[in-house]
Amino acid sequence: MSEETEKDAPKKPAGRRKFELDPRLASYKGVWVFVEHERGVAHTVSWELMGEGRKLADKLGVPLAGVVMGAPGIQTRRFCEEAFHYGADLCYLMEDPLMADYRNQPFTKGLTDLVNAYQPEILLLGATTLGRDLAGSVATTLQTGLTADCTELNIDMENRSLAATRPTFGGSLLCTIVTLNYRPQMATVRPRVMSLPKPDMTRTGSIVEHALGMTESEIVTKVLEYIPDNLQGKPQLPFADIIVAGGRGMKRPENFQLIWDLAKVLGAEVGATRPIVQAGWVELDRQVGQSGKTVRPKLYIAAGISGAIQHRVGMDASDVIIAINSDPNAPIFDFATYGIVGNAMTILPALTEAFRQQLATLKVAV
Amino acid sequence: MHIVVCIKQVPDSAQIRVHPVTNTIMRQGVPAIVNPYDLFSLEEALRLKDEYGGRVTVLSMGPPQAEAALRKAISFGADDAILVTDRAFAGSDTLATSFALASAIQKIHEDMPVDIVFAGKQTIDGDTAQVGPGIAKRMDLQLLTYVSSITDLDLENREITLHRRAEGGVQVLKTSLPCLITMLEGTNEMRFATLPNMFRAARYPLKQWDKDAAGITDVSKIGLKGSPTIVSKVFAPQPKTIPAEIIDCESKQPKDLAVTLLAKMFTKFPNLHEDIAKANA
Repeated sequence: MSEETEKDAPKKPAGRRKFELDPRLASYKGVWVFVEHERGVAHTVSWELMGEGRKLADKLGVPLAGVVMGAPGIQTRRFCEEAFHYGADLCYLMEDPLMADYRNQPFTKGLTDLVNAYQPEILLLGATTLGRDLAGSVATTLQTGLTADCTELNIDMENRSLAATRPTFGGSLLCTIVTLNYRPQMATVRPRVMSLPKPDMTRTGSIVEHALGMTESEIVTKVLEYIPDNLQGKPQLPFADIIVAGGRGMKRPENFQLIWDLAKVLGAEVGATRPIVQAGWVELDRQVGQSGKTVRPKLYIAAGISGAIQHRVGMDASDVIIAINSDPNAPIFDFATYGIVGNAMTILPALTEAFRQQLATLKVAV
Repeated sequence: MHIVVCIKQVPDSAQIRVHPVTNTIMRQGVPAIVNPYDLFSLEEALRLKDEYGGRVTVLSMGPPQAEAALRKAISFGADDAILVTDRAFAGSDTLATSFALASAIQKIHEDMPVDIVFAGKQTIDGDTAQVGPGIAKRMDLQLLTYVSSITDLDLENREITLHRRAEGGVQVLKTSLPCLITMLEGTNEMRFATLPNMFRAARYPLKQWDKDAAGITDVSKIGLKGSPTIVSKVFAPQPKTIPAEIIDCESKQPKDLAVTLLAKMFTKFPNLHEDIAKANA
């Protein structure tokens, strides 16, 4: 488990001399995006990746394909249609009742078989519980390179390789990783890191079907039951339009009530930095940042948050950021939209009241 | 029953600082700890041992000083500890690491058959979550990631039933041993080290295996050679800096600051009105 050497100072900069791809790998062409779905709904990370995949495919001048695997039915076809709307030129479709639920064994075999049969040069998956389970298994089976949790994907035009950039050491550094003499080049990206492209409902594409070729008796793990999450009352930060978040500058747990008060007036979700979650002031699902959720709300209000890089990577795609901090030199003022230098404990109630009045006049106007 | 738990010694990432000029990690003074995610797997293994008997072997790959992490695991109650350490492993990425660990587990298995392998969900330094699945695939073990609880273990029929966190829900799965499990964080709490175990940990004759002892003959699969991924660039994040518009007013009163801010913001971003109304609905 010694990835640390990989992250240390660069050992051997790649691409210094002209790189020649092994001729056996030259037949690997095209960019693929694994389309993840659960209970009849596609995960939006798949469409975020489709947007990125489109850019990579255009740079390389190759087609973009979606990979849809699941039980036969109208849903898998619908996911193919959706993949076309979000930019795919074609879809590889594998339908089998054995894939009604996600299980590592059939999905690993299915995806590995598809890669061996149709040979993509790049394969992207969402860094979800399913995507990470599957990507690690497929990459090991194919004996190829996999870069996890990328924040930026690009093509190094000198050798047509995927340059995958990811944070390391808790976000203190970034590293760009390439997989030169192995195919496909695999990468995962966390939900909400990439923006969702606008779907084009007029786009269509072709479907290539491929059989799984497995029987239930070959699959060791059985699904006895699936217990859906009760989402009632569960924080849904990644998709919230407005977030009010607090950090160490809130000083005491009882002060955090001021965050909740403002959030209530705005209909917002409450977020927090890692120290706040570790201190147990709010639950883990509310942590924003490198080791928590990535969010992209329309409005993010950060109170008592210094803006350390570990927090910033999770929220700086927000449209408007209001920062309240008593330290005028806090890094958050380097990238927030608006800043108020002052004591969050007195500013927050004032802000809550101002928003309340603003919203009241709004209601009268409507 | 024989359980192997894979652990890694990591720098405490919460305390890592980057040198502002050279962009390199400043390791001095950063404490090395057992990867926190590994502790949930170790505790679960110890609980299974408490209930069903057997032995727990902890395994780590890393530099010689990583033995401190293994001694820590012994102090919590693990029976045996093996450190796989060899200069030939330097530069290993996750594929090469999973090969080395799978070889070592195979070697352990030959001495005493292994029923369950545990690994951490991910590490806090690499964060890849790839080594667990990698070991499972190489050893053809049933892979069970993000496990929140083990509800039943039937050693006679060699079956295990457990809850696995999936997207949007929990899967109740039944599978056969041998298997590889990664535990979800927060699912249990590491026990305290007992005094006798702390003494044992201090005196324990820790095994150090080089590549030959770990049964590795194909050196093209370890270290830099066995690693498909290459780090082409390491750099400090240089995010855009467009300084915030600092809200100020004559009175400096919170109320006036708030009103000034809202007036400016809603003028420049009128759509926010609608977004807030929608969020409130």
